[in-house]
Amino acid sequence: MFRNQYDTDVTTWSPTGRLFQVEYAMEAVKQGSAAIGLRSRSHVVLACVNKAQSELSSHQRKIFKVDDHIGVAIAGLTADGRVLSRYMRSESINHSFTYESPLPVGRLVVHLADKAQVCTQRSWKRPYGVGLLVGGLDESGAHLYYNCPSGNYFEYQAFAIGSRSQAAKTYLERRFESFGDSSREDLIKDAILAVRETLQGETLKSSLCTVSILGVDEPFHFLDQEAIQKVIDTFEKVPEEDEGEGEADEGEAEAAAAAPAEQGGGAGAGDQDVAPMEM
Amino acid sequence: MTFTIPIDNGDAVKIAEAESQRTLYPYVTGTSIVAIKYKDGVLMASDMGGSYGSTLRYKNIERMQAIGKHSLLGASGEISDFQEILRYLDELTLNDNMWDDGNSLGPKEIHNYLTRVMYNRRNKFNPLWNTLVLGGVKNGKSYLGMVSMIGVSFEDDHVATGFGNHLARPILRDEWHADMSFEDGVKLLEKCMRVLLYRDRSAINKLQIAKITEEGVTVSQPYSLKTFWEFSSFHNPTAGAEGSW
Repeated sequence: MFRNQYDTDVTTWSPTGRLFQVEYAMEAVKQGSAAIGLRSRSHVVLACVNKAQSELSSHQRKIFKVDDHIGVAIAGLTADGRVLSRYMRSESINHSFTYESPLPVGRLVVHLADKAQVCTQRSWKRPYGVGLLVGGLDESGAHLYYNCPSGNYFEYQAFAIGSRSQAAKTYLERRFESFGDSSREDLIKDAILAVRETLQGETLKSSLCTVSILGVDEPFHFLDQEAIQKVIDTFEKVPEEDEGEGEADEGEAEAAAAAPAEQGGGAGAGDQDVAPMEM
Repeated sequence: MTFTIPIDNGDAVKIAEAESQRTLYPYVTGTSIVAIKYKDGVLMASDMGGSYGSTLRYKNIERMQAIGKHSLLGASGEISDFQEILRYLDELTLNDNMWDDGNSLGPKEIHNYLTRVMYNRRNKFNPLWNTLVLGGVKNGKSYLGMVSMIGVSFEDDHVATGFGNHLARPILRDEWHADMSFEDGVKLLEKCMRVLLYRDRSAINKLQIAKITEEGVTVSQPYSLKTFWEFSSFHNPTAGAEGSW
């Protein structure tokens, strides 16, 4: 996309029928760190890569609980994402108060999309620079939606947004047909494996990712570091070796488990320390 | 409040006060509603009378109506306020249908919406002068609840409004049990309605019974109950209290 004379105003069309400001807003989403969502018939898992501004700071929160039955993961301008999460929480709680019943996620997503659309049609506003992966339940089961700065929304079985999300999407494309009937544990494992794809070579540690889950009989909550590390340990071998498909014999898996756990428990600054173990 | 002031040429001029009009008294009222949960859903009974004070003025008022796909609303109290509530619910269910997304408002949601409406009106000292009974079935689960004009709201296995609270509920407490058949349920409701007919002066002998199940709502044709007036205590009611009537 190159700079041109039609891209200053969100309310200016280009001769080819494009709104460049909206498209630039979608670029902002691609710059954020990755967020991944996938769903089965009864559960939705949202996972993201923990990116910190510097070694000194803590990482930014990218996954928010909207209600017991709805969660959202964002990529892009986190400030915009925070504001929209607050809006979603507000809508959800108002619905609960009036109807004593959870707001169906499909309806929340439409409210959100309509709100984003307004910003594409007012000259004094700018589009939200954040993409939202909304996971939630309604009467027909579990759903995953992607809300775009353009005001569009799409439903997905699995999706990834943010930087290096293509790698995750490729992984998900290979596996998504089985997600519908996946067990809860397999769904979590697939989410973490997809996160690993976006890291592209960096060792996967539980400190690098955040995973959340919600389901038909399970309110939205985050998985703690231990639980995530346990899943990582089932497929992560010693860092020097090639990443396999997760088939390792018992002995190797246990030995490999000790090394990443120690590193993760230490400074955990995302460095590539060579494992001290010898095979 | 408005005042009329006669001027020279005899014309009257109305001056409206700044204070907006609030409901102070009900005018055309319906009497009790009685409802129970039974095996397949909910049964509700009401008569078709609309009283204007002590006059039994209107005899063809339907005080029960289907709401959406899953609910049935019955009302006692001011009939015009009931019609207003039906308008609100009509708009609510219309918007719900317009979503066209496989989700729909069930009886629980409608009951809570009504509770909010009634309570908010009460807080403004401008109540909708009704006691509402909301029954329904959704996804196999039966629901029966009540909201009063001051926003008191609760769910139960059997409910009654107005005089029904005093005359019907003791009968229901004794004789209601879970999973009654349709015939038993109707018999129980008719027993309650008969007592109300004898003892509630605003009841008329023309009633309807409505049933709501997973399939939907059916409201029966109006019919009358058989009454018996030859009880010995009815013959000479003032025998024990000379001078009373």
